[in-house]
Amino acid sequence: MLDHILSILIFFPALAGVFGFMINKDSIRAYGITVAAIEFALSLWLWFAFDNSVSGMQFMENLPLVPAFGINYILGVDGISLFILILAAFFTMIGIASLTDTPNVKNMIITLLFLQMTMIGVFVALDAIVFYVFWELSLVPMLYIIGAWGGPLRVYASVKFFLYTFTGSLVMLVGMLFMAYFFYQATGTWSFAILDWYRLILPESFQLWLFAAFFMGFAIKVPMFPFHTWLPYAHGQAPTIGSVILAAILLKMGTYAFIRFSLPLFPDASVYFMYPIAVISIIMIVYTAMVAYAQKDVKQVVAYSSVSHMGVIILGTFALNVEGITGSVFLMIAHGVVSGALFLLVGVIYDRRHTKMMDQFGGLAHVMPKYATIFGIMMMASVGMPLTINFVGEFLSLLGFYQQSHILTLLAGIAIIVGAIYMLAAYKKMFFGDVTIEENKNLPDVNKRELIALIPLTIITIWLGIYPKPVLDPINNSVESVVQLMHNKSTTEEAKSRIPNVNGIVISKTSTKEAH
Amino acid sequence: MLSPINVSLESLNLITLAPMLIPVIGALLILVIDVIKGGLDKSLYIVLSILFLALDFSALLNSAGMFSRDGIMLGMFNVMLIDGLAILSQFIIVATSMLFIPLAFTHKRFHEFSYPEFFALFLFMISGFQFMVASDNLILIFVGLETASLALYTLIAMHNRDKSFEAAVKYFTMGALAAGFYSFGSMVFYALTGSVEINQIATVLAANEYADIGYVLVAVTFMLASFGFKLSLVPFHTWAPDIYEGSSAAMAGYMSIVPKIAAFVVAMRLFEFLIHSGVVWLEIVLYIFVVVTMTAANIWALVQTDVKRMLAYSSISHAGFVMAAILIGTTQSNSALFLYWILFSFTNLGSFSMLWMSRQKHLPDHQMSDHSYDKFAGMIKTAPVAASIMGLFMLSLAGLPPFALFWGKLYMISSAVTGGYTVLALIMALNSAIAGYYYIKLIVYMFMKEPVVGNDGHVYVSNATLALKSIIGFAAVGTIFAFIALNPILEFVTALVYNSGY
Repeated sequence: MLDHILSILIFFPALAGVFGFMINKDSIRAYGITVAAIEFALSLWLWFAFDNSVSGMQFMENLPLVPAFGINYILGVDGISLFILILAAFFTMIGIASLTDTPNVKNMIITLLFLQMTMIGVFVALDAIVFYVFWELSLVPMLYIIGAWGGPLRVYASVKFFLYTFTGSLVMLVGMLFMAYFFYQATGTWSFAILDWYRLILPESFQLWLFAAFFMGFAIKVPMFPFHTWLPYAHGQAPTIGSVILAAILLKMGTYAFIRFSLPLFPDASVYFMYPIAVISIIMIVYTAMVAYAQKDVKQVVAYSSVSHMGVIILGTFALNVEGITGSVFLMIAHGVVSGALFLLVGVIYDRRHTKMMDQFGGLAHVMPKYATIFGIMMMASVGMPLTINFVGEFLSLLGFYQQSHILTLLAGIAIIVGAIYMLAAYKKMFFGDVTIEENKNLPDVNKRELIALIPLTIITIWLGIYPKPVLDPINNSVESVVQLMHNKSTTEEAKSRIPNVNGIVISKTSTKEAH
Repeated sequence: MLSPINVSLESLNLITLAPMLIPVIGALLILVIDVIKGGLDKSLYIVLSILFLALDFSALLNSAGMFSRDGIMLGMFNVMLIDGLAILSQFIIVATSMLFIPLAFTHKRFHEFSYPEFFALFLFMISGFQFMVASDNLILIFVGLETASLALYTLIAMHNRDKSFEAAVKYFTMGALAAGFYSFGSMVFYALTGSVEINQIATVLAANEYADIGYVLVAVTFMLASFGFKLSLVPFHTWAPDIYEGSSAAMAGYMSIVPKIAAFVVAMRLFEFLIHSGVVWLEIVLYIFVVVTMTAANIWALVQTDVKRMLAYSSISHAGFVMAAILIGTTQSNSALFLYWILFSFTNLGSFSMLWMSRQKHLPDHQMSDHSYDKFAGMIKTAPVAASIMGLFMLSLAGLPPFALFWGKLYMISSAVTGGYTVLALIMALNSAIAGYYYIKLIVYMFMKEPVVGNDGHVYVSNATLALKSIIGFAAVGTIFAFIALNPILEFVTALVYNSGY
């Protein structure tokens, strides 16, 4: 069974989703939770069976799909994708478990199961076309979730989300086709397998164009400034569960793809674009933090803070060294946990008051002490307090980038500290002071169902903040091999010096061919 | 003294005619049956048509076998040309027709199906299209084109509504104009080279190194205008939306597939040698045609209020997209054209059949046209399965993976990349994104809006019968699982196209 565990992980939720149509409406929630729990258990089993000392791909599967055109169904998991995958399984589970009274709950749960299939698929696909299939397919369930269960502007928000990402992806698809064509020119066979592409060394001018094409797809997904405008609408209108999955998992697809595609395929171009992207990231961190401060809606605050932290992830990724990339992968998980939890928390108060405006709250700490405590912990984690999960990731990302540029890192560091202001301000407005509004006086505190979702997240936040090693080690191993590959593949002098040589010796003597 | 002409029967190679003659025989037989005993039920004629098309299909299989063994076949004084293009396009024509004709099994009674002539004309039309693709003689192409077109005009008019008459007359007028352009273009080619065979024309033109380039351009201009009408390239597209709106949904779906593949094959035979021999002007004009057709049709489709008109514009846009294959002109792009059209026929016939299934005889007051967007509002609440299938077809048309049309788009854009048309590849990709909007718009109506008051969901299946549902199920399964059949189809198509020298 372990030989095909990745396929099982992908298609089990989809199959369960199809069978879900037969389940009675009243029992569908239990069914959804059961399926998601089995999926989560399977993903934990994968972690258990995962060999931490191996840096390459594990549990690989290979099945020809369209051999005439070099499309194969190739799956594999390494330290970089493993934890995002577990996170996806985890969030689907607690997402379904914490679903509050939703109209058409059956459609929602089946949609979530399909969404889970696409999420897992993206993170284990090792063939560009298979990756693209899941990447695009993930738009449809999300379109439906935002469009059918969202706020008043839901149709606008969902269509904007869809079209924005769809456009970017199509440009990326052209890039993929070019990449396959260059591979065909160099070797005489068509292949979309990422591991095959890793062996191909491209001239710098080609790399720049292809990097730009892939960048369009990934940057819109992340979303990077100035392509971020779809995200606040999507978050603002989406139901709680939509925001949670979107922030925790779907955005990670973009940053993950940078590490899986852009860096190892185009090392010279990555070095070439390092500073521009770093500047964009810093603008992202500072600008969205300022926008977040100006928001009146608490969900928008969380949404913008989420964009702001994605900037740190990008910055760490483009440090192009082991510390930075490891930090950014860790921060992806941390950001998933923390922003997912924050959106859940916003959902809790929204269910009680049906408003997200901060001036409608105030003094909630008196009425809902447990809620205030969990919110406080998560907010501290989001700000990047030491001993919380975010701190590890942010610190490593910045440490990595410090080796490339001191000034920019300093700017980013200050920006993160400034970013703390809006979070603390929002917390103050919502929780401190006196209860001024009558309706807030008798709000019930978090109930059991909500605690089921929130307590595990709190535990993870603190546990991985204090002892990140079990997660950090496998990530580090895989990242080292990626960085080494980049170093070996880079052709320009600058790239050779910017990307460190991890082992001092050339590990892989794979035949690298020059494309013409 | 005149010497008697001796033609041996073997040299005629009559077997090349078999696939075209079978529907003709079928059509005559249907007429004979009607003469002997009138007033028979439509089901008889439907099944007879399917049987003859099945025979036609097996004759095509036979031709394909002969082609893979002996290569290109000529017959009937070298007028018939059975090569890979002819076989592939005939497969598409006959298979689509076999999927189309059961759509006549409707729940409601429609005027046209009560006449046996409908089915006879339908079979004559198929034979016409088959002649058109299986020849490189400009005269036979013309005969096939007119046989098919005249039958098609009548089929549209038989829907028996005011808009149908309007559509038929409009189509007839435009078709006549296109036929005029076509014969003018052929005449100039004949005057230049003394031949009406495309390969002869190519040889003669190459031999004198395009000395009369001015006249060639005149001929090409006429031909372009003629095929522009037939393929509904912008700016010759104006007939298409009205005619799609006027004909029944099933017929509109059929028209978006079969006549176009026939015209594409002829365009491929005629234009590709001209582009390859360096008629730069044609390349530029085709480039403009392709880009404008794709983009403009997409933008018009955005503002439509009727689903059928939206699909009409989307078909125009798809035709422009596929026309790019002829511009690129490599083996990969020509294979991509056929692959695309096979996948497109599934999806498009499926989506038009969904409209056909929801056809009302009398419109309620709030509904402006047969298939306005409002009609589909909130469909997921009242008819969830139908809504999901319609959504599936829309996603496939938008090119969302892993549904059928995505693979066609993938291969087509890839052929643009390998053919060196980088900018074109980007334009094609971005056009798919624009197209995404109007397909999503229908999904938004179906899945995210509230149903119109008084709509109990019956309307979506009001015309449904088992036959219609099977066709739609077949199209839906084909759309979802296209990726499994993709490799054999791709290998088959590439082999046939490559062995025909394209």
